[in-house]
Amino acid sequence: MQFRAASDQAILVYLGEEIGQAAHERVVKLLRMLQQEPPRWIRNVQPAYCSLLVNFDLSLADHAEVEETIRSYEQRAEKQRAPKTRTIEIPVCYGGEFGTDLEEVAAAHGLKPEKVIELHSSETYRAYFLGFAPGFAYLGEVPAAIATPRLSSPRKRVLAGSVGIAGRQTAVYPMTTPGGWRVLGRTPLRVFHADRKPMGLITIGDRVRFRPISGEVFEKLENA
Amino acid sequence: MSSLVVESAGLLSTVQDLGRPGFGSEGISASGAADPVALRLGNLLVENEPGAAGLELTLVGGSFRFPDGAIVALTGADLGAAVNGRPLEVWTSHTLEPGTRLEFGATKNFARGYLTVAGGIQVDSFLGSASTHVLSGLGGFEGRALRKGDRLRIGKPARKTRKRRVTQAALYALKPRKILRVTEGPQAEWFSEQVKQVFYRDMFRVSEASDRVGLRLEGTALTCNATKEMITEGVSLGAVQVTPSGQPIILFVEQQTSGGYPKIANIIGADLHRIGQLRPRVEIRFQRTSLAVAQSLWMEQERLLNTPEQLFE
Repeated sequence: MQFRAASDQAILVYLGEEIGQAAHERVVKLLRMLQQEPPRWIRNVQPAYCSLLVNFDLSLADHAEVEETIRSYEQRAEKQRAPKTRTIEIPVCYGGEFGTDLEEVAAAHGLKPEKVIELHSSETYRAYFLGFAPGFAYLGEVPAAIATPRLSSPRKRVLAGSVGIAGRQTAVYPMTTPGGWRVLGRTPLRVFHADRKPMGLITIGDRVRFRPISGEVFEKLENA
Repeated sequence: MSSLVVESAGLLSTVQDLGRPGFGSEGISASGAADPVALRLGNLLVENEPGAAGLELTLVGGSFRFPDGAIVALTGADLGAAVNGRPLEVWTSHTLEPGTRLEFGATKNFARGYLTVAGGIQVDSFLGSASTHVLSGLGGFEGRALRKGDRLRIGKPARKTRKRRVTQAALYALKPRKILRVTEGPQAEWFSEQVKQVFYRDMFRVSEASDRVGLRLEGTALTCNATKEMITEGVSLGAVQVTPSGQPIILFVEQQTSGGYPKIANIIGADLHRIGQLRPRVEIRFQRTSLAVAQSLWMEQERLLNTPEQLFE
């Protein structure tokens, strides 16, 4: 475990140096512990692949005290069993107007679009963390055979429900935002509800699978 | 219940309080007033709690009617507020008679003015805060910037208010600055000493493409000599991240909660409110400080903000 000041009121806690299950399980355990027994100085925790950013109230603690407390939390967290995971299935209509980048991604790898769909929907993904925008879950890893870098210049508008890939990551856009991921399809599900608990369909640690659906099923589900 | 009617909205007017920290793990950034110090002072001027909701007006203010009258305060940038052509002083509370129309114009100095009302602006709270997150359409008044015809509710004032004004000494201590103080960022060592020298010496221009999400800066390109690939991590408010083009971006109140660009520096807590007053096209510079100095500057500022006798005449 390594610590690094992010600002005069924030500290980065590193729990690994590469993206993968080992570092991520430590991140989730420490996050859960900080959420269950929040230290009085805690203001915000932002988990990511291998790290947690912890913002603290400077009138109550400094970097040294925060570091010491997190060390003791981590020791206890390590002994905990990995939290239970749930698997969420997300229906996706691939290609056409919903997946405007499907053809290009297929061409870039010398594959048929059907093969890209098959590969993208064959994997069970891990929800590493939520970031970027409310409810946006970073899912990994996309099969190497279809991994494609993000667009060199992001789009101004990616519609809510769009399913995109960037490198070996994939995600569902919870709301219409700018974005640079390659869009393969769209889900009719609403992934973020401001007035529901939990607000996001996907939370950190979940397993996620994508199920290909037709345009007709998309419409049915959208109007359901 | 008394209300405030938007007759014209101005460039970007939103309901803001001190934000909703604590939801980073849901991907939600805190939002809140871009200049929280101005909002706090505005609330104290009308005897509200410091974190009550008010209006944040950006560069060009709108025009607002008060059918039932109100006690209001103006803080932050001077947007030329006037009633019937009679100018109203900034950093002061004012009593508006029923039917008053309060009109704002273009800024005379900084980026954002605040209009606070005794009793506070009342909107549905989202995750414990009234603040608008414009980018994601959450919180505030219907999750969006105000439009002509909107009618906002005003709460019942908690206490009797008397005319108040912020002292010159407090204004001096809290005044906007173009030299922003920073501590080293978590990837500072990814930049050579030469690049850091440039970063701390040159002026950077605030781009027109800046908003509440981030301030894009234009200046000498900063090259990063990364030896490894950056793994996306949480990013803090005021982080100065350097994009592959070499141009820095200051992450602001509606920031993305995580990012994969190296961060050379982070604006100190005591200067975060000053970011909110930077107009497009102004030139700024960064000044390096230690964590210890940054922290004592913040403590000192908080002490001042919690000492009414030093704040108000």
